[in-house]
Amino acid sequence: MTTQAQVHSTEHVHRDDVGARLGMWLFLFTELILFGGMFLVYSVYRFTHQAEFHIAAKELNTLVGTFNTMVLLTSSMTMALSIVAIQRNNKRLSMFFQFLTILLAVFFLVNKFFEWSAEIHHGIYPGSETLLNEKSGKILFFGLYYVMTGLHGLHVIVGIILISVMMRFTSKGVVKHDDYIKLENTGLYWHLVDIIWIFLFPLFYLIT
Amino acid sequence: MKENNVQVEHSHGYGIYILVWLGLLALTALTVAVAGLDIGRFTVATAIIIACAKSYLVLTIFMHLRSESKTFRVFVFVALLFLVISFILLFADYSFK
Repeated sequence: MTTQAQVHSTEHVHRDDVGARLGMWLFLFTELILFGGMFLVYSVYRFTHQAEFHIAAKELNTLVGTFNTMVLLTSSMTMALSIVAIQRNNKRLSMFFQFLTILLAVFFLVNKFFEWSAEIHHGIYPGSETLLNEKSGKILFFGLYYVMTGLHGLHVIVGIILISVMMRFTSKGVVKHDDYIKLENTGLYWHLVDIIWIFLFPLFYLIT
Repeated sequence: MKENNVQVEHSHGYGIYILVWLGLLALTALTVAVAGLDIGRFTVATAIIIACAKSYLVLTIFMHLRSESKTFRVFVFVALLFLVISFILLFADYSFK
C-alpha cells in the first residue's frame, strides 16, 4: 500500500485523453449552436424571400466557391494524416502535413480575400449604397453571406494559429507518438471548420 | 494505466483518409452538377442531403467517431437532434403563417 501510494505521489501525472476529447466535443457543440442559429436565420429568410435569394446568389462566383471547398477538404485530409504520422512516430512527416494544412488554410483565405474584394469593388457590402437600393431579399442574402463566411473565416484564422502552435509543440516533443491529444483536439476543431463550410458552400454558392 | 484514460490507438492507416478525401471531392462534384439541373424544389433537399453525407464522412472518419466509445456518439447524436428540433419547431411555425 505504502509503496503504491509513494509511486503515485511521485510519478502520477494526471492524464485523461478521453476526457480531453470529450471536452473538445462539448466545445464543438457550442460552435454548432453558434453557427446553427445563423443557419436558422438563413433558412427563414430564404423561405420568405426565395426568388430574391436566387437572384442574389447569381452574383457569387461558383467556381471560386467550389475551388475553396476542395482546398478545405484537402486540408482536412492533411490534418488527419498528420495524426497518423505522429501515431507512427514519424515526427517530420507529421510536421510536414501540419504545414501543408496551414498552407491550404492560408490559400483558402487568400481566395476569400480576392472574392470579397471583387464584391466590395462592385459596391456589394453591408450598408453600401448599391445594396441598400436593392430589394430586401438581396440585402438579407448579402448580410448573411458576409456574417457567416466572415465568422467562418475567423475560425480559419484561429485554426491556422492553433496548428502553428501544434507544429511548434511537435518539434519540441510536447506532442509525440504516445501523447498527441493536443494535436488530435486541434484536428477536431479543424474538421468542424470544414463541416461548417460543407454547408455554407451549397447554401450560398449553389442556389442559382 | 486504466485510470489515466490514455489515448486509445486508432488503427486507421493513411489509405482510408485518402479514400475518404476522394469520396468528399466526388460528392462536391456531384453537388455542383446537381445544382446545374432544374429539379425545382428538390434542389435544396438534394444539396442538404449531399452536405449531410459529406459531414457524416468527416465526423466518422476524420474526427474518429467510428473508433470512439458509444458515449461520444450519443453526445453528438443528442447535439444534432436538438438542432434538428429547432429547425422543425421553427418551420412548424413559419410554414403556417
